[in-house]
Amino acid sequence: MAGTGPTLRVEGLRTHFFTNDGIVKAVDDVSFAVDRGQTLGLVGESGCGKTVTGFSVLGLVDPPGRVTDGRILFNGEDLLTAGEERLRSLRGNRIAMIFQDPMMTLNPVLRIETQMVETVLAHQDVDRDTARQMARDAMGKVGIPSPDERLHAYPHQFSGGMRQRVAIAIAFINKPDLIIADEPTTALDVTIQGQILFEAQKLCRETGTALIWITHDLAVVAGLANHICVMYAGRIVEEGRLDDVLDWPIHPYTRGLLNSVPSQKKSGERLEQIPGMTPSPLNLPPGCAFKTRCPRADHVCDAEPELREAVPGRRIRCFHPHTQGTP
Amino acid sequence: MSVFVIRRLLQSALVVLVMSLLVFVGVNVVGDPVEMLVNPEADQAEIARVVQSFGLDRPLYEQYGLFLLNAFKGNLGLSFVYGEPALKLIVQRIPATLELALAALLMAIMLGIPLGVFAGLRPDSKVSKTIMAGSILGFSLPTFWVGIMMIMVFAVMLGWLPSTGRGATVNVLGIDVSFLTWDGLAHLLMPALNLALFKISLVIRLSRAGTRETVLQDYIKFARAKGISNARVVLVHLLKNILIPVVTVIGLEFGGLIAFSVVTETVFAWPGMGKLIIDSIHSLDRPVVVAYLMIIVLVFVIINLVVDILYSILDPRVRLRDVKA
Repeated sequence: MAGTGPTLRVEGLRTHFFTNDGIVKAVDDVSFAVDRGQTLGLVGESGCGKTVTGFSVLGLVDPPGRVTDGRILFNGEDLLTAGEERLRSLRGNRIAMIFQDPMMTLNPVLRIETQMVETVLAHQDVDRDTARQMARDAMGKVGIPSPDERLHAYPHQFSGGMRQRVAIAIAFINKPDLIIADEPTTALDVTIQGQILFEAQKLCRETGTALIWITHDLAVVAGLANHICVMYAGRIVEEGRLDDVLDWPIHPYTRGLLNSVPSQKKSGERLEQIPGMTPSPLNLPPGCAFKTRCPRADHVCDAEPELREAVPGRRIRCFHPHTQGTP
Repeated sequence: MSVFVIRRLLQSALVVLVMSLLVFVGVNVVGDPVEMLVNPEADQAEIARVVQSFGLDRPLYEQYGLFLLNAFKGNLGLSFVYGEPALKLIVQRIPATLELALAALLMAIMLGIPLGVFAGLRPDSKVSKTIMAGSILGFSLPTFWVGIMMIMVFAVMLGWLPSTGRGATVNVLGIDVSFLTWDGLAHLLMPALNLALFKISLVIRLSRAGTRETVLQDYIKFARAKGISNARVVLVHLLKNILIPVVTVIGLEFGGLIAFSVVTETVFAWPGMGKLIIDSIHSLDRPVVVAYLMIIVLVFVIINLVVDILYSILDPRVRLRDVKA
């Protein structure tokens, strides 16, 4: 455990899907790092490769997908060269994941207790009673009332918010070093979203767990992350400290995303939107993937932009960034 | 739960009653048993006497009423042919058929589910493709032909297994069973496999379809993300989900196994109910046919009831809906 450097460092990760129609570069040269007690926001539209990035870290990419290149250093250990059994012993133990749709993540035919206890027993050498006690404590920590009764219930007897609390309790039960939360609040009511965010944040602060929060919702990351990566078509297009990026987005895509959030505009004023649609991952335009929708694009963008440090502490992938002028 | 069981019991009783009417009327429409009951040289007075003694001169509704009354007392009439109670004749044959059907059912489960789950988990492997091709054969080849071929190969050419009969039986609690002796097991193997072939194919297909659908579910991925072993993911998380449709079909098919073991019993000369019913239909032995059909109806009704109860054990969501209803 006494690794130097961050809890998780991903370098040049490429995860490609080899389908009958061609190669889908779901994740293409993605690098980021997250340290103990820190929260990294991974932001982007659906289909931009956020979720696949999460699954790649856990080694759960299903065929025809495959990690083709890069390094995933977890506490200094490269997970891409680790064996399946080593990965299994890390999953749910040192690295946990929370999924998007709480209605689907719990097995409908198994009691909550079974699903929590098995997570403990898979990784810790304790007896069933101790595991049950840990499950009860974990339920209490995420704010589920009368955990004793609730442990005997089945998932369908819980609301969506409650199920997501259970999923979070399962993620935290073995006190992992890293949690990957894949849009855990997207499927929930706004009032519940706030509660879930609060619980997750509180637990991470208490345990020093590093957190990767995958989302398309900028308002959610704004209250949560220290650092954000904006992804587009499998690549990171802008990366930096949260406040810097939100205050002064440099990449035209980030700027477009922020402008399309209604809360920043006066009511009645027309919302700006990013024109066009996300290009098909099977058929990405050569050069900058965003150029077809970008107001600043010209012939230079036919070449592929590299990730570079445009201003101190901020890396972007663009030839025409908003580095000058007003934020 | 008990409300649910009582309600289902009442429904079942109604089904049995309606079926008894259909069966009784249906059988009375077919053929005239009197010809078979009396000596061809008997005179009118003799025939009238026989018809009266069997109650065949009364109107149909009276006959039916009498039949129902007796049925409640456990008397389904005397066989025209054997002169013995029809129920007794059938009950004597039940253990043989039941043993055959249970053996076939066991084979369907023990072979069908593992093969189906395997084919579902590795759909592209050669083994899976072989399994699926085999299941198509199991579906489409007629039972009697496969039975005869099995006898040809294993009894005639190789001489490994006996071709007919039950072999040595052991009496357990008043019931003769074959599976407790080696000789009996050898006799049981071929007919049971023959009867099971179709069901094995069915269970393979169901398990494979269920597996392919379930492995894509988020909860399977979540289970893997929890780091529990692959064996547990498959044996607990996956299997319990695919068992719901499999149990339904196996349950319903078990009734079919009993009712339609007729072909297999005939091919392998297995002394069960199926053979009796074929003989009785040939000789227009009404009481035996009616009694047999009534017993099969009862078997189906009971199996359905058991399946419903098993359902609620497997799927907790069914239980909840029942409480609300």
